[in-house]
Amino acid sequence: MKLKKMLGIILTAALCGGMLAACGDSSSTGTANTGDSSSAEKPASTGTDLIRVGIINNDPNESGYRTANVNDLKATFTEANGYEAQFSYSLKNEEQIQAAQKFIQDEVDYLLLSAADTAGWDSVLQDAKTAGVKVILFDRTIDASEDLYEASIVSDMAKEGQTAVDWLKAQNLSDYKIIHLQGVMGSAAQKGRSGALTDTAAAEGWEIVSEQTAEWNAEKAQQIVQTAIDSNKEFNVIYAENDDMAKGAVAALDKANISHGVGKDVIVMGFDCNKWALEELKAGNWNYDGQCNPFQSSYITEIIKKLEAGEKLDQKTIIMDEKGFDAATITQEDVDKYGI
Amino acid sequence: MQKDSVLELRGIYKSFPGVKALQNVDLTLRSGEIHALMGENGAGKSTLIKVLTGVYSKDAGDIYIKKGGKEEKVVFHSPQEAQRAGISTVYQEISLCPNLSVAENIYLGRSEGKFISWKKMNAQAGKLLKSLDIPVEPTQQLASCSIAVQQMVAIARSVDMDCSVLILDEPTSSLDESEVEKLFGLMRQLRDRGVGIIFVTHFLDQVYAVCDKITILRDSKLVGEYNASELPHVELVSKMLGKELDDMADIKNDAKKYQGDSATPVYQANQLCSTEGIAPFDFYIKKGEVNGFTGLLGSGRSESVRAIYGADKVTSGVVRVNGKPVDIKKPLDAMKNGIAYLSEDRKRDGIIGDLSVKDNIILALQVKTGFFKPFSKAKATKFAKKYIELLDIKTASVDTPIKSLSGGNQQKVILGRWLLTEPDYLILDEPTRGIDVGTKVDIQKLVLKLASEGMSVTFISSETDEMLRTCSRLLVMRDRKLVGELTGDDLNQATVMATIAGGGKE
Amino acid sequence: MTAKATGKQNSFLSGLLHNQLLIPIAALLLLTIFNLIADPSFFRISLGYNSDGNPVLSGYLISIIDYGSELAILAIGMTLVTAASGGQDISVGAGIAIAGSVLLRVLCGTESRPETLQAPVFVAFIVCCIVAMIFGAFNGALVAFFKIQPMVATLILFTAGRSIAAWINNNELPIVSEKSFTYFGGYLPGIPIPTPFFIALLCFVITWAVLKFTNLGLYVQAVGINEKTSRLNGLNPELIKFAVYILLGLCVAVCGLIKVSRLSTINYSVIAKDIEMDAILAVALGGNALSGGKFNMGASILGAYVIQFLTTTLYKFDVQSDALSAYKAVVVILLVVLSAPVFREKITGLFRRLRAGKAAA
Repeated sequence: MKLKKMLGIILTAALCGGMLAACGDSSSTGTANTGDSSSAEKPASTGTDLIRVGIINNDPNESGYRTANVNDLKATFTEANGYEAQFSYSLKNEEQIQAAQKFIQDEVDYLLLSAADTAGWDSVLQDAKTAGVKVILFDRTIDASEDLYEASIVSDMAKEGQTAVDWLKAQNLSDYKIIHLQGVMGSAAQKGRSGALTDTAAAEGWEIVSEQTAEWNAEKAQQIVQTAIDSNKEFNVIYAENDDMAKGAVAALDKANISHGVGKDVIVMGFDCNKWALEELKAGNWNYDGQCNPFQSSYITEIIKKLEAGEKLDQKTIIMDEKGFDAATITQEDVDKYGI
Repeated sequence: MQKDSVLELRGIYKSFPGVKALQNVDLTLRSGEIHALMGENGAGKSTLIKVLTGVYSKDAGDIYIKKGGKEEKVVFHSPQEAQRAGISTVYQEISLCPNLSVAENIYLGRSEGKFISWKKMNAQAGKLLKSLDIPVEPTQQLASCSIAVQQMVAIARSVDMDCSVLILDEPTSSLDESEVEKLFGLMRQLRDRGVGIIFVTHFLDQVYAVCDKITILRDSKLVGEYNASELPHVELVSKMLGKELDDMADIKNDAKKYQGDSATPVYQANQLCSTEGIAPFDFYIKKGEVNGFTGLLGSGRSESVRAIYGADKVTSGVVRVNGKPVDIKKPLDAMKNGIAYLSEDRKRDGIIGDLSVKDNIILALQVKTGFFKPFSKAKATKFAKKYIELLDIKTASVDTPIKSLSGGNQQKVILGRWLLTEPDYLILDEPTRGIDVGTKVDIQKLVLKLASEGMSVTFISSETDEMLRTCSRLLVMRDRKLVGELTGDDLNQATVMATIAGGGKE
Repeated sequence: MTAKATGKQNSFLSGLLHNQLLIPIAALLLLTIFNLIADPSFFRISLGYNSDGNPVLSGYLISIIDYGSELAILAIGMTLVTAASGGQDISVGAGIAIAGSVLLRVLCGTESRPETLQAPVFVAFIVCCIVAMIFGAFNGALVAFFKIQPMVATLILFTAGRSIAAWINNNELPIVSEKSFTYFGGYLPGIPIPTPFFIALLCFVITWAVLKFTNLGLYVQAVGINEKTSRLNGLNPELIKFAVYILLGLCVAVCGLIKVSRLSTINYSVIAKDIEMDAILAVALGGNALSGGKFNMGASILGAYVIQFLTTTLYKFDVQSDALSAYKAVVVILLVVLSAPVFREKITGLFRRLRAGKAAA
């Protein structure tokens, strides 16, 4: 009995330790300096020309997109590049706001923010303004007055969708029978990417064979496509709103021996440009992948440079360039450069 | 409806899957009357009460009540409705909230916004408790009170409600004598105020002490209604059992008790002590001996046997079984050493309510046999059937859930469970509590029979009579200490009482 | 004579109404009839070949037994946990993510996309089982020894599990290119029935054997119904509760293998998402009390397939995406209400009254 209890305690302790390690490693909600900007030269850093930035982002484990986004920011905001950066990750708005307050107290020069939620930021951003901290939004917008931030760098999901749909239109198929796999209903990406397809399909007279939400989930997508195959529905396009769902759809196609890819029976379209997805594209198994650009740091540094130089920004909202890749034209270079 | 009656039940029918619980039962309760509802376990008393109070819906029959001089045919769909109509009930099993305070329990669910202040509620509860002479603080948590006090709080709750009919379902089964007297005083007081009281009990003496009328049920049918003063004890018992009965006498005359062989004790403990606050005690029992622990409620008799069985955490003591030192730290150790323990609180520590009679019977032996050796269905059924027959358990089938059996039959199932393990030493803690006369007699006879076959038995009962009848040696407990041991000629009411009360005074 | 006949009929009827299998079977029948009327081709099964040239059966029914496998396997463990501890493990989805992640970690080593497997699948699966059982033991220890409410205890892993899963693979998304790894979630060469179904079947057989040849069922139910009595009868309630969580861990490991094998990769944030809710629902649909005690394993497993049947049916009818969960919720509420003991009690009463009325007339 005693032994068992001991065992229980040891187990608990071990697991707690493990979890802490996990958190520390990958999803720290603290505001510790990262390795790149570690404090070896910290005393020197104040007063020198290092630009102090506080970066508030979502949890890197949220998705491959977010991981790429975080890695990009980490690689850019280094001391070598002239920055002293602090990071904070959370999927919760309140925790993000707390982190923002701390950064303001730390008197950072710039606050870079990818908000978990659109609401609730007014007062803290007002504080930032009063304290002279410049705010740059990236990846996500918020419901607050434009005066409160310098710039907002976003993806235009509707544009992403439109690029994809335009590509599809350019394929000049004799008829369009589309299975539409949607993301989690109501998310920005789903709305943008669905909207483009729905509008064009209505205008062009394309047939939407099946329209279901697979909630970004590969298995659900597999089931939905499986069900469509089981009911003998005819289709020649899979329009999946992310790569995972496209992958699930392809698994179902393979099972039913339906050919897909360049010059085959079914056109497969995905989004997000995961590296593995681009590889599929290059191998000709898929036809199209739309980018959702996670590499925002170059845009941010550009803005910071302009602001440091005292220049004025042309516009508050900056929409990033986002590409769409065609299996016919993609190169290994593209895969390495844009794959996330 | 008759002129002076407050409540009439006519032609009540109720059945459960496989069981006809009530068939054409009548009951008439007059104002200012204490009316005993008698019958063996499973005769239908509890069902009748539950139909009357709206817990069960009846299949057929009518219920009339008189309210403010007007008679009215009623159908209750819930206990709340019955309560609103002036019918209050105190059940056998305490149905209060143990984690609330006494005062909260008294006023729970019927304050109707009356009590905004805790202080006021506690004060009022205090007054009520004082008027009923119940020794408890209103703010005390109910779970920390003894079962007896909890029972009295339940009665206080009912009394405080403005009731014209009060139903007491086995209220006395966990009260000691002085508490019973107090309750009777209360009942008489209520009777004089014109309340009709239905009193369900197994204690024949109590029936004659307070009751005016007696209604007897047998096998879910009505036997009849009698005036208490005109119905002799023996006749009452024979009407309940449906046969003439000399069994009580039988036991008394039974060859005077089993004292056991004088060889090594089957079980012996020195300075045994557990975490439950009893003083360390010495104890032994010989093969074929029947002994018992006696004492008031809370004197530590249950705690003593629980320590023997390893049910509570044993803190010290040397234990020998058949002369060999053994370590009994948990129930399984005791079971492996041939000890069986039938616990005091049947509902909490005895039955596995949702499991079948069969599973309840085989459980202990199954655990003893081991995880990887389950009995086949046929074997389990055979075991179950054997004890159902041997102990005359009334159940629809071996697969009936035990919780749907009456209290006495549940007790027999658990007894069967332990007999199945063929123990050398059987501990019975209050096996006769809350069960009918017939079963009580059966169990006492069984104890003596087992002893004659060489089993050692420790028997605990609140009824000294039963202990005197069965035990050859009595260990007397007072204030959680073992204070005396009585054998031979000392085994009589007077000496036992004197020892319990404090031997020094003699 | 007549009375006797009525009595018999009565007990037969109430026996049927009290049989726990009734509701899941009735639900299956209802869904079957509904589909049969709406589209008889629902039940057609055809033989084809997949892109590897393997023969495969396809059709809705095959899809149901295929995709329902993980849920059915989880339902086994969840039923035991529910019965013994009177609560549910809500961390099984996260547990599957961890199990899958461990599996891939062992298979792929430090590279995220190796050409060849770094370890045999069998070894990887054993490691995955051990890890999943350790996490199960963690939940079990909290519930059994520290007496924490199961939902609260498992909330810890529910929250942290997917992060742990990502951490195990350094946030990489490993992809296994080895063909043989896809067998577990796909098809064995030459066998046209999906492997997950066989795995599930194997689990059922093992469960049946364990329940038949050990006292697990009796012990678990006894502990779930009355812990104090169980202790007095020589059982160790803590140990039993602890053990069922480890068993659930094993079920989680098996599900992890199937899930990861289906796509040869993993997505930590969405793999087996919300599966804990479906598993709990399967237990409830089987008419098992979520407060613990008596259980019927067969009913839980059937319940799992009912849920999958429902999902496939809804996909088939192309229910509007935004309304999908609402439809599912309505059906689920209906089923759960139907399987609630209170409701069955009422129905029994209604029948009796009807008969009584008839007799009177």
